[in-house]
Amino acid sequence: MQVGHRMCAGCGAPPIVNQVLRALKDEDNAVVSCATGCLEVSTCIYPYTSWRNVSFVHTAFECTSATLSGAERAYIALKRQGKLNKDKTTKFIAFGGDGGTLDIGLQSLSGAMERGHDITYVCYDNGAYMNTGTQRSSSTPHFADTTTSPAGKVTNGKMQKRKDLTEIMVRHNLPYVAQTALYGNLKDLYEKAEKAIYTNGPTYVSVLSPCPRGWGYPSDDLAIVSKLAVDTCFWPLYEIENGVYKITVKPAKKLPVEEFLKTQHRFKHLFKPENKWMIDEIQKEVDEKWNYLLMMEEKTANS
Amino acid sequence: MSIRERLSGNEAVATAMKQINPDVVAAYPITPSTEVVQYFSNFVANGTVDTEFIPVESEHSAMSACIGASSAGGRVMSATSSQGLALMFEMLYIASGLRLPLVLICANRALSAPLNIHNDHSDSMGVRDAGFIQLYCESNQEAYDNAIMAVKIAEQANLPVMVCYDGFITSHSIENIELLENEEVQKFVGKHEPHEYLLDESRNISIGPLDLQKDYFTHRIKIAEAMKAAKPIIKKVSEEYAKLTGRKYDLYEKYMLDDAEYGIVVLNSTAGTAKDVIDELRKQGIKAGLLKPRAFRPLPYEEIPNELKHLKALAIMDKSDSINGFCGPLFSEITASMYSQNVHVPTVNYIYGLGGYDVKADDIKEVYSNLQEIAQSKGNYEIKHYLGINYGGENDGI
Amino acid sequence: MKKDISIGSNILRDGNSVEFKTGAWKSRYPSHSKEKCKNCMMCIPFCPEACIKQENNILTDIDLDYCKGCGVCAKVCPFNAIEMKDTHDSKKEVD
Repeated sequence: MQVGHRMCAGCGAPPIVNQVLRALKDEDNAVVSCATGCLEVSTCIYPYTSWRNVSFVHTAFECTSATLSGAERAYIALKRQGKLNKDKTTKFIAFGGDGGTLDIGLQSLSGAMERGHDITYVCYDNGAYMNTGTQRSSSTPHFADTTTSPAGKVTNGKMQKRKDLTEIMVRHNLPYVAQTALYGNLKDLYEKAEKAIYTNGPTYVSVLSPCPRGWGYPSDDLAIVSKLAVDTCFWPLYEIENGVYKITVKPAKKLPVEEFLKTQHRFKHLFKPENKWMIDEIQKEVDEKWNYLLMMEEKTANS
Repeated sequence: MSIRERLSGNEAVATAMKQINPDVVAAYPITPSTEVVQYFSNFVANGTVDTEFIPVESEHSAMSACIGASSAGGRVMSATSSQGLALMFEMLYIASGLRLPLVLICANRALSAPLNIHNDHSDSMGVRDAGFIQLYCESNQEAYDNAIMAVKIAEQANLPVMVCYDGFITSHSIENIELLENEEVQKFVGKHEPHEYLLDESRNISIGPLDLQKDYFTHRIKIAEAMKAAKPIIKKVSEEYAKLTGRKYDLYEKYMLDDAEYGIVVLNSTAGTAKDVIDELRKQGIKAGLLKPRAFRPLPYEEIPNELKHLKALAIMDKSDSINGFCGPLFSEITASMYSQNVHVPTVNYIYGLGGYDVKADDIKEVYSNLQEIAQSKGNYEIKHYLGINYGGENDGI
Repeated sequence: MKKDISIGSNILRDGNSVEFKTGAWKSRYPSHSKEKCKNCMMCIPFCPEACIKQENNILTDIDLDYCKGCGVCAKVCPFNAIEMKDTHDSKKEVD
């Protein structure tokens, strides 16, 4: 992306987008499609666009997958008719936030994935509707405080568990599904983006995208918050290639989840003595998922 | 060389689509337009067309995929009805807002609730402000012809076009029809040459930005101006088509209207019934006539009033209701056009045939008979009528 | 020759947001020490503005015309080669 975009200072989404697009080979073209959201409204404000070396299209909130699937089919049709350079390759990449992906865009995403378009869908998941002011989404973590699931006297933040779209995507029988984050030197993200873009067929990559404003942490803590999410296994880094699970980063020492939670204001209420059970509950969920991944990794290793 | 065939409206439109051979068709089944998609899928399956067919999971995605394909540089078509069109609502505005020349076939059907699969115009009238050019068709032949002309009109106007014909009445009835040869259609529609598209290898572009206030206002004016400019485009394309086929089309059709005393304005297949009634009334010496708009968008607001100004009384017939406590959409738009052109004729509104309720020749006769009374009534008449149905008021427990 | 003015709201130029400077947003700015910097390049992919420049694997400049002062670069730097300073001081330096 070009400088001059208007994402908030310290936002996790631009480094994610840049790293994904770095995985695109220099000789290849790309069409990028965005769901309505922070990324879209901050990168393409008439008459400016921050999209560079790619063509960009935005239609609406819930249909970025369908929009991109149409562009991909037009590419196939025009190429077959010889209207496009036969030696040139164009890749199709969608970016959506968790609202535009897990909630309102789920049907369109599921449809496009099931139809088998050669597209890569990247969800930059910041766990709430940040563009409209941090309302809960189905990706909001259990007990997190948002403006529509506030920590109040009767309820304690979002009372439901997070929807696991990565697993839902696996069940679409996609050739490649991955979950990653802005971790370490960003190699994990780069490699997964490259695999996703250059695997034939529909691929899905879920990336944790910290949001200083919505999560309530200082804007310079982007890398630290991301690292803690991975090191506590709150956000495991793994991939599923043709059904085979592989955990790509196994923390040397799995930290307690509260190390991640305590960095953010959205979990502040969890640290009241009477709410300790909520941290225990989150830890239990994290452990269950982590054990599930270890089990799946072993189970699918020789398949 | 024209080919004589006997086809249903849906089959005729699917045949037009086959002959157009678009790059991409994205569609979802819905009664009564489903057959268009079925026939077309067969063409794809048998290699009769080069089209990429996208069997999407909803009409919202159908229009979204059409927008994606059209903005990528493809020639794109789809078909739908009723709830499907309603589900597309959001995306229709985006198709026109992005100035995409795609063509949408609409086999008109009633909107829920209550659920009803039969014909009225609630669906396409419900999206009349979406920025689509709307062409209405009386017969299978008109549906076929308009589907072909729509491609060319859309690409010259840089606006999407909706081709509307009556569900079941037109979509499923088999009529005699004259078809063009494939090569003639190909030659007529020509090569699609998009100006600004995602797959342009000479430059990268961004489509669908956020506009702040002034840019938004300016771009919306441009769309409205494009719709106005579509009028001469429709006329020109229709003239070219007439040269090819001998079948003449304009923004609207008149039947026995020039010397008429009593006129009706009516869309689509009901115009056919009304023409028979007019023939009969003329034999009795009653000067009946009709005007059938073909283009409702753009609205021929200057031309139509001029055709109606000599009438003693006029009935505007709506096969949908605006639920505004007053009248139907065709009535509000035609009377507003008349007022703007300083044409003042006693005018009433008939809501008819909702949910496919049959409109018989006797019903149309009743309209003309009432018009004769209205002409004598010196302004003392009801504006809004429901045609051919006994409605007993709020407490009617049918 | 293709027209530069769109029929609709399309933007026919590539990455022209370079014309829109966001540097005025910041209240802090990164001060880069060439002495401390080992050119490990950790800061570059993390910078949300992508405004840290390098040539031949040498960090050359942080473009303050676009930097919003988030401080991510300073925190990811393993060598403390980037220090966040108050923009008030920055003006003094320029003066």
